[in-house]
Amino acid sequence: MLELIQEYWLYFLVGQYPKGPLGGLALTIILATLGLILSMPLGLVFGLMRVSSNRWLRLPVTGFIYVVRGMPLLMVVFWAYFFLPSVTGVKTDQFWTMLIALVVFDAVYLAEIVRAGILGLPKGQMECARSLGLPYMKAMRSVILPQALRNSLPSLVNQFISTIKETSLGYIIGLAEVTFIATQINSLVFTKPAQVFGILGLTYFVLCFGLSRLAFWIERRLERKGLGNRPQAKVAA
Amino acid sequence: MTSFDPQMLLSGQYHDMLVAGLKMSLQYLFWAFWIALPLGLVIALFRLSPYKPLRWIGATYVEVIRSIPLLAHMLFWYFGVPEMLPVSIKEMLYEGPVESICAVVALGVYTAAYMAEDIRSGIRAVPGVQMEAARALGLGYMKTMCLVILPQAFRLTVPPLISQTLNMWKGTSIATVIGAAEMMYQAGQVESQSFRSFEAFAFASASYLVVSLIITGIAVWFQHRYPVRTM
Repeated sequence: MLELIQEYWLYFLVGQYPKGPLGGLALTIILATLGLILSMPLGLVFGLMRVSSNRWLRLPVTGFIYVVRGMPLLMVVFWAYFFLPSVTGVKTDQFWTMLIALVVFDAVYLAEIVRAGILGLPKGQMECARSLGLPYMKAMRSVILPQALRNSLPSLVNQFISTIKETSLGYIIGLAEVTFIATQINSLVFTKPAQVFGILGLTYFVLCFGLSRLAFWIERRLERKGLGNRPQAKVAA
Repeated sequence: MTSFDPQMLLSGQYHDMLVAGLKMSLQYLFWAFWIALPLGLVIALFRLSPYKPLRWIGATYVEVIRSIPLLAHMLFWYFGVPEMLPVSIKEMLYEGPVESICAVVALGVYTAAYMAEDIRSGIRAVPGVQMEAARALGLGYMKTMCLVILPQAFRLTVPPLISQTLNMWKGTSIATVIGAAEMMYQAGQVESQSFRSFEAFAFASASYLVVSLIITGIAVWFQHRYPVRTM
């Protein structure tokens, strides 16, 4: 296992970088980060439309969310891969295809997180803000959303974790992220598949487990400050 | 772009390939479910057990498995695990449908970690006094679990378990990376043979969507039919 790491660590981390396109773990992280950041505004808009009282705003978005959530990400990636070029006429490369698919997919999940955050607040918050004379959008922006988004911070970190895991699907369309690099190393070494994929699994584990501890820590902190909305319950066992 | 040709999906060779893929995906879902559910239950009981080593095993299982993408699981089970098996078992495995077996095992092992968490939170939602009362009546730990705690936890646990099943259904698509002939793979095959990507992917999308909606429907029905009793 150590020989493998010694020989291929640079390839594993950045792919062919100085001589070719950036790849490996670096690409995985860049893709996940960009995916989450770019999908945030879209997710926020979708989330607001989802809780809107106007049915012309609410219903189309609800339908869209159901459709995307009912499909595997792989399907969304394939649609992006085969249809973006034929619709736009521009040949999109794997990176952009994957990024677009991730943004659409994440936006839908973020919308549900935003919605849950808004619905999780006491009803009185909105009523209070409105009775102070704030219009709906203003009340949303300055009263509801700051509280809702703070409460959904742990969910956002969890979403980032699943985005990191989802980037592994780039492998299927030939994007040189860390899973793809691992399969390349596997075919170069050929005799040690268990070690190669063990290292791959370990890499994801270190990354995602660290982040999930972060989400846990944030949750605890919010709770300690009395800001969280998780009721304390007596438990069995 | 050429026009949509529904005829291709209704009959003929491509129709057969796509339907075979759909059936295969459903079979994966079925078998993986029967790996994930018992394993998930065992892990959940481990995590709640009074013995520290067992709790530790359960927690490690959940954290490790959940932190690794399903795709990496599939690759590991397909390329890595058979190498580590004794020769006789390996030969037996390669005579059978090795891709399918590895895909189902990977999917089951992966989903079990999520199901364990759902079952655990269902059990933890049962008030602590239920356990105390049952123990005070003289029931042993395992008996209390089976007769008192688990039946109450069941109503709370089934809806999240159904949505895990939905995730598992979507997860079957990833088996395409190890060349298992499920729906996504067949859609790709039809696409490359007929050059009609739109029809093939429309069929696959619609199938995923319909099955997902049915599973969601079951969850809604269950919550309606068996609402959680206030205790």
